[in-house]
Amino acid sequence: MSAENYILWAIAVPLIGSIGILLAGKAPNIRETITLITAVVMFTMVGALIHTVVGGGRPSVTLLEIFPGLDITFTVEPLGMLFGLVASGLWIVNSIYSIGYMRGNNEKNQTRFYFFFAIALASAVGVAFAGNMLTLFICYEVLTLCTFPLVTHSGKPEAMKSGRTYLGILLSTSIGLQLLAIIWTWHATGTLDFKAGGILDGKVSGIAVSILLFLYMYGIGKAALMPIHRWLPAAMVAPTPVSALLHAVAVVKAGVFTVVKVIVYIFGYEFLANSLTTNWLVYVAGFTILAASIVALRQDNLKRRLAYSTISQLSYVIMAAAILAPLSVMGAVLHIAAHAVGKITLFFAAGSIYTAAHKTEVSQLNGIGRKMPWTMGAFAIASFSMIGVPPTAGFLSKWYILMGALEVEHYFAIGVIIISTLLNAGYFMPIIYNAFFKEADDKNYPHADHGEAPLPVVIALTATAIGTVLLFFFSGLPLELAHQVVGK
Amino acid sequence: MSVSLSAHLPAIQVVLPLISAPLCVLFRRNGASWLIALIVSWLSLGISILLLEQVIANGPISYLLGSWAAPWGIEYKVDMLSAFVMLIVTSVGSISMIFAPNSVNSEIPGDRIYLFYTMYLLTFAGLLGITITGDAFNLFVFLEISSLSSYVLISLGAERNALTAAFRYLILGTVGATFYIIGVGLMYQMTGTLNMTDLAMRLPAVAETRTILVALGFVTVGIGLKLGLFPVHVWLPNAYAYAPSVVTAFLAATATKVAVYTLLRIYFTVFGTKIFAALPIDEFLLILSLIAIVSMSAVAIFQNNVKRLLAYSSVAQVGYMIIGISMVSVTGLTATILHLFNHAMIKGALFLVLAAVFFRIKSVKIEHMAGLGKVMPYSMAAFVLAGFSLIGVPLTVGFVSKWYLILGALEKGWWPVAGLVLISSLLAVIYFWKVIEAIYFKTRPQDAAIIHEVPITMLVPMWLLVGANIYFGINTELSVGAASAAAKMLIGGAP
Repeated sequence: MSAENYILWAIAVPLIGSIGILLAGKAPNIRETITLITAVVMFTMVGALIHTVVGGGRPSVTLLEIFPGLDITFTVEPLGMLFGLVASGLWIVNSIYSIGYMRGNNEKNQTRFYFFFAIALASAVGVAFAGNMLTLFICYEVLTLCTFPLVTHSGKPEAMKSGRTYLGILLSTSIGLQLLAIIWTWHATGTLDFKAGGILDGKVSGIAVSILLFLYMYGIGKAALMPIHRWLPAAMVAPTPVSALLHAVAVVKAGVFTVVKVIVYIFGYEFLANSLTTNWLVYVAGFTILAASIVALRQDNLKRRLAYSTISQLSYVIMAAAILAPLSVMGAVLHIAAHAVGKITLFFAAGSIYTAAHKTEVSQLNGIGRKMPWTMGAFAIASFSMIGVPPTAGFLSKWYILMGALEVEHYFAIGVIIISTLLNAGYFMPIIYNAFFKEADDKNYPHADHGEAPLPVVIALTATAIGTVLLFFFSGLPLELAHQVVGK
Repeated sequence: MSVSLSAHLPAIQVVLPLISAPLCVLFRRNGASWLIALIVSWLSLGISILLLEQVIANGPISYLLGSWAAPWGIEYKVDMLSAFVMLIVTSVGSISMIFAPNSVNSEIPGDRIYLFYTMYLLTFAGLLGITITGDAFNLFVFLEISSLSSYVLISLGAERNALTAAFRYLILGTVGATFYIIGVGLMYQMTGTLNMTDLAMRLPAVAETRTILVALGFVTVGIGLKLGLFPVHVWLPNAYAYAPSVVTAFLAATATKVAVYTLLRIYFTVFGTKIFAALPIDEFLLILSLIAIVSMSAVAIFQNNVKRLLAYSSVAQVGYMIIGISMVSVTGLTATILHLFNHAMIKGALFLVLAAVFFRIKSVKIEHMAGLGKVMPYSMAAFVLAGFSLIGVPLTVGFVSKWYLILGALEKGWWPVAGLVLISSLLAVIYFWKVIEAIYFKTRPQDAAIIHEVPITMLVPMWLLVGANIYFGINTELSVGAASAAAKMLIGGAP
């Protein structure tokens, strides 16, 4: 098969799989087998593109023309390649995890769950491979809509309320700001293609650049820049596999991926560096990093703490891209992958604890490490990655971001990174310490007598924890792709 | 034979439904009347497609009725715009006629059903006549045919409120038609002609006179009343809410569209764009429609009856079309004409779903629709997809319209307009989501009657329109192609 066919199949396979999931709704074992096979085939299709892309090829396939001169096009470039690999690869692990979690918790409407999950993955990879801003926007919106039934999965009033926040913020930012920015770009340049060096240079100038950047940055609600971050904690009402893959990887990474894409391929970071009015983004992102970390410190609910940690880590990517130094842009690219593996592990662990011990609060976790050594071990490794301790993936990306900031002597950014590292340690280390070294204080707790979570859950979280370390030692591919994004 | 027949298609297009209407009265059989209405609608659709093909291939068609030469005789004129609007009217008509029997039989007393189809055919003929005629007075005649018969259609609604709604519409509709004919009379006084092409040639000489400007004012208000222009839309919410369900679907998708068509015709074919320099009616329309898109969407949020909710949404959506007109640019008019088509598909689909809901639960109040997602899954899925199109989600026709409208605003440098259009579509998210939450998150009351999905004869037409929402949202060649060709023709000034 040609590279073009791989692109089409990478998107078509999960869509076909979703139909299979619907048809097999009455037979859970067949349904889950279909999910797993779909995930593996999809990952294979995405993986088959690596060789071409690393070799400098940019395979592209145009489906149809929506408006005169504006197509639905998919083009694979290094950044999209990396995001596509991360999303589709982690879907395999997440599917294994979902089987354990959804059955372990006797969740209802599982067919609907797997169905929308497959569609979400198709749209995430659609975002990754989008060849122009219109295609990206379409996939971005589909991703919002198809994750709504996942967020409101339980159907309870609180889920409905969170669903409103989720949809309200994501749709109003994308329709109200991003779409305007896109049409503006189209009006000013006559193209929406992603081009190395950007397309806006010479087409807009002065304060308009800053306004356009504002429309894009706040139009991409999925990147959760403050103050449009509230949808992310709200989305935590979803079953944990959704929080793990979608709200730590696919959806939020689609957000920061779009941010990087817009900065690198629509504005062009050299053009932005020469515009005097656009450096506010570093400060807004830096503020978000610190503020979200401080809020995370104060959260007792584990998933909410992780959600705020995600908001903070997403802004690492935005800030790194906004520093506009090649090395920090590389760091931004690497952080998309590094944070993904780490954060999904943390969510897996949170879900594992909920499944086995029915605990959701940080304050309940004293001594749990002895009963659930695998879970908490993985949690510890992933926490190290969040803080940026070697040998984990998080160290690598932070290193590049710092190098970039030093290169352009951006002391604000350096300061933010140092303080936030301390804050990260501040909200992760106590959990690990208490889990392993404190005595359990839940003798009267009805579920006190528990062991590890179901096997699929443990397998999944161990795999991603190992991945966090492997990504440090075998970073050749992501580094090469990141190099290509900035053009060395 | 075939050559001569195809040459007479413009006349057949109007005459066929016009003479079929009395046939229904002669038969006095409900089934036979339905069959006539169905067959005529589909034949008209076929004729519309043939006419559109002819126009694309050979340019505008001029047909002299009874071979009386224009401007003395009545000229029928089919160009890109009228062919496109006829396609909208006939396709919605044909699809609603497949849907009609179940819904009509359950909502209208048995002894009046054949009258319903009679009136439908008259409305249909009137709308097609308005679209096809090239004569300003003849347009008035068809306007009255379609209006009078649609008053009757609305009054056939099951609730007694339908009578007051129809009466109110009758009063305001008659005022509108009278204003229009006063305007036409003034033009006739100044130019001595009623043929639109002829008027277009003679008007520039007298364009600056007060009489002509007054005529423009009268015509604008008159047609504004018919198309539901804010603030003279007051008849519309009740008329839509209390009319029989199928009537609402048909009228919402066609009648206001044809009125917008008339406005386009009068402004751009008859008066020409220069008239806006003499009387800044474009600015006047812009302000009114900006108020409409925001305030009517906001009012829709607080509606409890979903038919009325969508009626307010229609007033807002007509606002989008008028904004496009007020831009007086190719992109703006493309947006308007596109939205004629797209909004017909959107509202047609949504109102057909509501007809299906009413067919099953005899109500379209939000609280009564609770939990329908489980019992009527296919209808409700259609509602969701058509609603996405209403909001303007990508890959639906609503997105295509919005794209062109905002592009048109940016071309003009009208940033606030672009912003208000987007705000209005966010309001659409809110009012639409209210219904979605009721359908999917609330449960049906324990004592509610057990109901099932509607029959396939209702699902198929509904999904045909939903399919059109998605198909034409992805493949925009026909709609954008026709709309931009028509817009270029209107702005170019060539009649």
